Amino acid sequence: MRDAADRYGRGTIILHWLIAVLILGLLVLGFVMTRPWIDPALQFSLYQWHKSFGMLTLLLAVVRLLHSLLGARVRPPTGLGHLERRMSKAMHLLLATLAVIVPLAGWAVASASPLEIPTFAFNLIDVPHLPLQKSDAGEAFWSTTHARLAYSILALVALHSTAALYHHYGRRDDVLLRMLGRAKTPAGKPSTECVP
Amino acid sequence: MKRISVLSMGFAAVLALTAHAQSPDVPKLADVAGRYAITQSSRIGFTVGQVGGGGIKGVFGNFAGTFDLRADDLAHSAVSFELRPESVSTGQARIDNFLRSGAVFDTTHFDRISFRSARVEQTGRDTARIVGTLTAKGRSSSETFDVTLANRQGNRITFNVTGRIFRSRYGMDVGTPIYSNVVQFDMLINGQR
Repeated sequence: MRDAADRYGRGTIILHWLIAVLILGLLVLGFVMTRPWIDPALQFSLYQWHKSFGMLTLLLAVVRLLHSLLGARVRPPTGLGHLERRMSKAMHLLLATLAVIVPLAGWAVASASPLEIPTFAFNLIDVPHLPLQKSDAGEAFWSTTHARLAYSILALVALHSTAALYHHYGRRDDVLLRMLGRAKTPAGKPSTECVP
Repeated sequence: MKRISVLSMGFAAVLALTAHAQSPDVPKLADVAGRYAITQSSRIGFTVGQVGGGGIKGVFGNFAGTFDLRADDLAHSAVSFELRPESVSTGQARIDNFLRSGAVFDTTHFDRISFRSARVEQTGRDTARIVGTLTAKGRSSSETFDVTLANRQGNRITFNVTGRIFRSRYGMDVGTPIYSNVVQFDMLINGQR
């Protein structure tokens, strides 16, 4: 997962896209499972899948956040102004942080609920509840917080994706390509090699 | 649950009969034989275990049934029990509503759960086993309940009835394996002759 100065490592790229797919999938799942018309048995099942994939996302997002804080930084593309660099850095940090906080808030929902439904991740791992007081009010608070943070990350992902597309089609740099593992080589050709 | 209640009644009858036959200081068989109605003072309790311990505990508040204790043919003593799943109560309204929904009892389409005994087997001086047919959510299956005579006073008789029901047999296996497939019934059945 080690990154070079001008490209991301294979592990970083896989982690980035895996977390992206998980977050988008969880947003869709979270929206569907909370519809009032949904079959109760299906709803229960969807909630458990949401919690399982949420726990997986939390685990991967913690790794991603620690790597982004402690690992080597990939050099920003040339031509970016000071403000753009700072905004880019802030956006990446905010996304990486929210990717941890949103599932944490979801964990808090399950932990504060007086229903005390276990989180049995993928029907394999019994994840203990967080030490929170159980009450309807507590569950409602964390549910609202979880939903608002989730929609916030959706907005940021949209902004982040738009910026990546702007770099690719507008500025014609390799910001998007290097996160696809196809950063241009010095000769100007796409490379499939990533620094391990 | 209805079956369980019925089984309990049957068990109690068996126990009473057994006690009469083996102990000189207990009432005669003729004293306990007869037709009993299950009273509302009975308690129809159940537990469903969950991963990590604990689980869902609840009771049914609306039920009815009878048991016939036959002095001359204990094995054919009969237990009949019905309960209204709508009356389920766990102390959590959201869980109650979920249990009433199509995911579990589907009370809109199936408003009763019934039990009819097929035979009663004496297993001890004051214990018996009731085998019969439990019908829930349109599905029927043979179930067994263990009965212990708890008390007898005049025309009143009380049995402890326990049984383990696999809810998957009745199309109610939502939530497994987080919640156990086994519903443990623990009932106190009061009968009035």
